[in-house]
Amino acid sequence: MGELGVFIILALVTLIPAVVVVTSHNIVRAALSLVPSFLGVTGLYILLQAEFVAGIQVLIYVGAITVLLLFVIMLTEGGTGVRLRQVNEQVPLGAMAAVWLAFVIIVILTRTVWPIGAGSPPPYNAVAIGNAFMTDYVLIFEATSLVLLVSLIGAIVTARGEE
Amino acid sequence: MSWALELLKAIGLTLVIFTFLAVVTAMIGVYAERKIAGWIQARLGPKHVGPQGLLQTIADTVKLLQKEHITPRRADVLMFNAAPVVVAVAALLDWVVIPFGTLGSRVLVVRDINIGVLYFSAMASITVLGILTAGWSSNNKYALLGGLRSAAQLISYELPLALGIIWAAMVAGTLSTVGIVEAQIQQGGWFLFTLPPPIGRLGAPFGILAAVTFLVAATAEVNRVPFDLPEAESELVAGYFVEYTGMRFALFQLGEYGEMFGMAALAVIMFLGGWAEPHLAPYLWVAVALGAVVLAAVILLTARHSLIIRPVLILAVLTAAVSLLMSVGIHLPSIVWFLLKLFTLVFFLMWVRWTYPRLRLDQLLNLSWKVLLPLGLLNLLATGLILTLGGR
Repeated sequence: MGELGVFIILALVTLIPAVVVVTSHNIVRAALSLVPSFLGVTGLYILLQAEFVAGIQVLIYVGAITVLLLFVIMLTEGGTGVRLRQVNEQVPLGAMAAVWLAFVIIVILTRTVWPIGAGSPPPYNAVAIGNAFMTDYVLIFEATSLVLLVSLIGAIVTARGEE
Repeated sequence: MSWALELLKAIGLTLVIFTFLAVVTAMIGVYAERKIAGWIQARLGPKHVGPQGLLQTIADTVKLLQKEHITPRRADVLMFNAAPVVVAVAALLDWVVIPFGTLGSRVLVVRDINIGVLYFSAMASITVLGILTAGWSSNNKYALLGGLRSAAQLISYELPLALGIIWAAMVAGTLSTVGIVEAQIQQGGWFLFTLPPPIGRLGAPFGILAAVTFLVAATAEVNRVPFDLPEAESELVAGYFVEYTGMRFALFQLGEYGEMFGMAALAVIMFLGGWAEPHLAPYLWVAVALGAVVLAAVILLTARHSLIIRPVLILAVLTAAVSLLMSVGIHLPSIVWFLLKLFTLVFFLMWVRWTYPRLRLDQLLNLSWKVLLPLGLLNLLATGLILTLGGR
C-alpha cells in the first residue's frame, strides 16, 4: 500500500513537469522542467532498489544533460526570450496518433500476464554492474566506447573547421 | 508507524545539518576567510564587532535579514526566487553522506548509503542548475555571463573530479563514504600516502597525484579563486548573483561555503583517513611539537613587528598542543580529529584563494582537458595495474 502511494506521487512528479516541457511557451522553462521529471524517474529507480542507476541518473541527466541543453539555449542568438509555439497545424493528426498509441499500450498492458518471481531482486550494486560490463557485455561496451570516441573526434574536427 | 518515526528522524537530522551548515560553514567560514585574507594582505580583517570581530558575521546576517527583497523588472520571478533555494539545498544534501566520527560503535553519519560518493557528486552537480537559473532569470548581462561561465567550467571539471572520486572508490573497493574510511583504518594508513598491502608506502605518489587532481577540480567546482571566473568581481561585478539582495544573497553564500566545506570534507574522507586519528610513534609526536615551538620562537624573534606572525603563531601553538597530547597517549574524540583535518584543508583552500591570481578562460579549460584529465586517467590505470599485480 505504501509502495503504491509512493509510486503515484512519483508518477505525478514525473508526468506533470513533462507536460510543461511540451506545452511551455518559454524554452528555458521547458528545459528546466526536465529536472523534476528526471528526479521523479530517479525516485522510481530507488523504489526498484536500483540505487546505483538512480545516482547515475541524477549525475548524468540532471547534472550534465540539462546543463548542456540550457547552455546551448542560452548561447543561441534569439534562443531565449522568444515566445515559443510548440504546435503546428498538424495537431489533429498528432492527437489521433497519440490516442491510437495510448490505446495499443493499454491493450498490451492489460493483456500481458505479469509473472511475479519469488525472492529478492538481484543486487544492482556497482560490483555487479562492473562485472557484467567486463564479461557478458564486453563487446557492446567496447563498441559504445568506440562510437563515443568517434563522436568526440568529430566534435573536435567540427569545432576546428573554422581555422 | 515506522514511517512516521523515520520522518521525524529525517526532520531532526535536517535541522542538525542545517544548523551545522549555517553556524560552522557560513558563519565561522566567512569569518575565517576574512581574517585569513586580512592576514595574507597584511591588514587586520574584521575587528570591531565582538572580541576580535568574532560577531561580525552575525551582525552581517542580521543586516541581510532586514534588507528588502528586490526583484528586477522583467525578471522571471518564479525562477529568480527558486534559484537560491536550489543552491542552498544542494549544498545541504551533500552533507547527508559525510561521516563526522564515531560515538561508541556508532558512526555519526545521517545515512550510510551504498552509493555514498556517487550520491555526493550527483548532489554537487545540481548546484550549477541553480547558478545557471539565477544567471538567466535575473535578466542581466553580467549575471548571464557568470551563469554561462559556471556551466562551461562545471562540465569541464566534473570529469577530473569524478576521476579523483573513482580512484578512492577503486582503492577502497566500495562507494560508501563510511566504507572508504574503514578501509583506511583497516590498512593502517591514509590513502594519500599508503595503498593497501602489499604495496603500502610505495603507493604514495599515486595517492598524492589523485588527491591533487581532486583538490584542483574541487576548487574549480565550487568557483573559488583561482577558478572564480563565474563571479569575477573585476569584470562581471559579482557574476550570477549580482541582482540578489538580502537573505537570497545570503542563501547563495551559504550554498557556496557549504559546498566548499563539503568538498573539503570529502577530500578528508577519501585521502586523509576521515575521522581516524593518525598513528605516529610517541617520540615523533614530541618531535612535531618541538618543531612547532622552535618555528614559533624563530618567527617571534625575527619578525616581531610584522602582522603576518599572528596566524602562524596560533597554528604553531595548536600543533604543539595536539602533538603533546598525542605523545603522552591522550586520545582526542574522533569528531575532533575530523574537524581538525577539515579546517586544515579549508585553511589551505583559503590560503590558495588569497595567494593566486585568477586564470584566464582558455587557461582554465586547458588545465582541465590537457593536464588534469590525462593525469587522472593515467593515474587510475597505473593504480589499477599495480593493485591487480599486487594481488587484489
